Amino acid sequence: MRDDMKPLNEEHLRECVAEAVAGGAPLEVAGQGTKRGFGRPAAADRRLELSALSGIRLYEPEELVMSAGAGTPLDEIEAALAAKRQMLAFEPPHLGRIYGHAQAGGTIGGVFACNLAGPRRFRAGAARDHLLGFRGVSGRAEIFKSGGRVVKNVTGYDLSKLVCGSFGTLAALSEVTFKVLPAPEKTWTVLVFGLGATEAAAAMAEAAGAPHEVTGLCHLPAAIAMESTVDYVAGAGTSVTAIRVEGPGPSVEHRAGALKAMFAGRGGVEELHGHRSGEFWTEIRDVQPLLGRDRALWRVSLPATDGGAWLDRAMAETGGDGYLDWAGGLVWLAVAPGDDAHAAAVRQGLNGGHATLMRAPDGVRRRVPVFEPEATPVAALSRRIKEGFDPKGVLNPGRMVEGV
Amino acid sequence: MQMPEPDRAALGQRSELVARFREFLPSDSVVVDEAALRAFECDGLTAYRQPPMIAVLPETTAEVSRMLKLCKAAGVKVVPRGAGTSLSGGALPLADGVLLGLAKLNRVLEIDYPNRAAVVQPGVTNLAISQAVEGEGFYYAPDPSSQIACSIGGNVAENSGGVHCLKYGLTTNNILGLEVVLMDGEVIRLGGRHLDQPGYDLIGVLTGSEGLLGVVTEVTVRILRRPEVARGLLVGFDSVEAGGACVADIIGAGIIPAGMEMMDRPAIHAAEAFCHPGYPLDAEALLIIELDGPAVEVDHLTEIVRGLCEKRGAVSLRVSASETERLNFWAGRKAAFPAVGRISPDYYCMDGTIPRARLPHVLARMAEMSGKYGLRVANVFHAGDGNLHPLILYDANEPGELERAEDFGADILRLCVEVGGVLTGEHGVGVEKRDLMGTMFTEVDLNQQQRLKCAFDPDGLLNPGKVFPTLHRCAELGRMHIHGGRMPFPDLPRF
Repeated sequence: MRDDMKPLNEEHLRECVAEAVAGGAPLEVAGQGTKRGFGRPAAADRRLELSALSGIRLYEPEELVMSAGAGTPLDEIEAALAAKRQMLAFEPPHLGRIYGHAQAGGTIGGVFACNLAGPRRFRAGAARDHLLGFRGVSGRAEIFKSGGRVVKNVTGYDLSKLVCGSFGTLAALSEVTFKVLPAPEKTWTVLVFGLGATEAAAAMAEAAGAPHEVTGLCHLPAAIAMESTVDYVAGAGTSVTAIRVEGPGPSVEHRAGALKAMFAGRGGVEELHGHRSGEFWTEIRDVQPLLGRDRALWRVSLPATDGGAWLDRAMAETGGDGYLDWAGGLVWLAVAPGDDAHAAAVRQGLNGGHATLMRAPDGVRRRVPVFEPEATPVAALSRRIKEGFDPKGVLNPGRMVEGV
Repeated sequence: MQMPEPDRAALGQRSELVARFREFLPSDSVVVDEAALRAFECDGLTAYRQPPMIAVLPETTAEVSRMLKLCKAAGVKVVPRGAGTSLSGGALPLADGVLLGLAKLNRVLEIDYPNRAAVVQPGVTNLAISQAVEGEGFYYAPDPSSQIACSIGGNVAENSGGVHCLKYGLTTNNILGLEVVLMDGEVIRLGGRHLDQPGYDLIGVLTGSEGLLGVVTEVTVRILRRPEVARGLLVGFDSVEAGGACVADIIGAGIIPAGMEMMDRPAIHAAEAFCHPGYPLDAEALLIIELDGPAVEVDHLTEIVRGLCEKRGAVSLRVSASETERLNFWAGRKAAFPAVGRISPDYYCMDGTIPRARLPHVLARMAEMSGKYGLRVANVFHAGDGNLHPLILYDANEPGELERAEDFGADILRLCVEVGGVLTGEHGVGVEKRDLMGTMFTEVDLNQQQRLKCAFDPDGLLNPGKVFPTLHRCAELGRMHIHGGRMPFPDLPRF
């Protein structure tokens, strides 16, 4: 019989972990469980659910800071920020739908634990760049904290970076404190039609290197563009390269104009305004164009100028479909799961980058390293770090690396 | 301040180590002469001095690796050092340790404009990176005040900031990749020209680790396109409260300036006397606000910010009409430290960060402390992000004044923590604030941090005596105490 635990406060959380340590019974650490399909399946019988550690505890808009229980729903955080015209600048994806959850956003603790970021990543940073501090319980069943609530802080090691992207393997977070930013007054998107993927990567590098402060650069091949719910994109009948500009009204109009002029000779050019622009980038953020394809899903990070050629090759070799985000530095690719989700073909030609198997049946995720395997000395270092935080291996064992 | 007792066994290996270093390094890269070693005896925190046992100045990653391997085998401590501009004693040598100077690794290796990245060696100065890419209209955003001298390797070690970090982030937000040599000589490469490394964020913890985790031998930084226009506003207020409230108004209006700095009356007067930037001498607080971006945006925001300043009762307001004028606004702020140096024989620069709204309270308490210690204080303040730099004025020739200045400084930092801030915003803990770590962290917090150190450097040979008030052996940190197997909170709902 499963004996899942749902601690109601931080001290209770500590006791739950202490019990797991004493009983040698590892725990699967979860918020709402929307991203359970992400990472390797944890080798744990019991689930430690943090959703009751919920609620916004501090929000000072003029200080650009918020603290919340790790189990606070992302939707609640985003609604509170929107009411003050602010946002999480790293644009966290609501990934639940790719794993079949209606509640797509999950919890704020989950967002940081997975270190996810949306289209604004290449300019505004990832989740890890916005976490200022946290409280949590280590695998030693000790409550500890790191960081603080101020932006400029170099007091001690930056453990906030370490817990971001550690998938709950180092600590069960109880509270997170993070930086928020003003939401832009206006968001427009310039669409360029008909570029090939390689051509698009070059065009995106050009736009990103221009002084127009673009905050979104993605490219959808024709077949993917058709899946959009935004009429201008779906009806294009060809590939769509999208360039987002945000900010004060007059500035956005000026920059969009400059970008249209920059790409005028290279295919049809259109503009998306207001809610159409917002809807489009939400789709890109949440991987909606690949949602209908019931296939394994890869997320590949590589040097931006390599993205276009890499996508063309990977699609040809795997028979998959995909699109580019982050100015070409991020590729989403859907492929038939098979035995190994085409891991060898996907992990080719990354030029130092890395590929993550975001979605696949459990069996495939056990067979294929979900995260890019680390070089031997780095893997040894990671293992020693895990031992320092969780010597008995009670927190999400095996979630990132088999046997760790 | 106490440093670990010198280790006789290490001292006894001096000549043997020198001989081994000379097997692969030219003789002028292995410094043993007592007079020459004096050149390394302190960093920017000159109150503490200690020549190293030996100084080594390698030119390649392979030499760094070989040198660390030898020290590890001999059980000898190593203190890495960039340009030596740390203000917290992070690069203070040890009497029984080898100083590892990285200044000779000073080449820009590659610039990749389409991917907006530059690969540089750790000894390249911060400013030299921007200079290397300025021809193409790019720059490297974090700009510590010492940027003309400080090295990028040191910036990584200290996670340095600067006036632009409100909008553009600290070093940690601008590093894409690192090559690092671990204490056992192993060379690891992390990140690169792509975003987000897989696995644990080792770049994230190495940045700001003050040379305790590894030695950085190559850095890949993000470079940015220089904004079309930058414009400065110089705004005087008749109270620090009004200035602080104006900062909150600007951010509350959804505007993030490229920089926002505040100076109090003593700092304004010192700066004006030093370099005559035309600061308003009747103001109690001076705000320097910089807006950057496309010209049309800067024009638009300038008018909004001007309106907000006027509404808060600004007593003077100037908008820069030229690049020369903008730089002139900054000249006084950037020269604030030497300017204060002219009105006092010595000064002690503190570096705490507070939640911005607590500024009036903190300044009032500091004024009280100033009375108590009988020492004057001038304030320059990164108003946008809450990073305070109180300059405590003293005279080292007056018996007891240095100690009083240090006590005053420690009180200020405790106050910062008390109001929800931190001990150091950008200068690091080093040896200076090491013994205050307990005011911010519990023993459990500190032990967990030291366990991270153990994962990188189990023998504690890399820059020991810095950051942590108590040195632990990794074995004793490994112990674990579990209190019974009792079911906690048996009456709480489970499912």
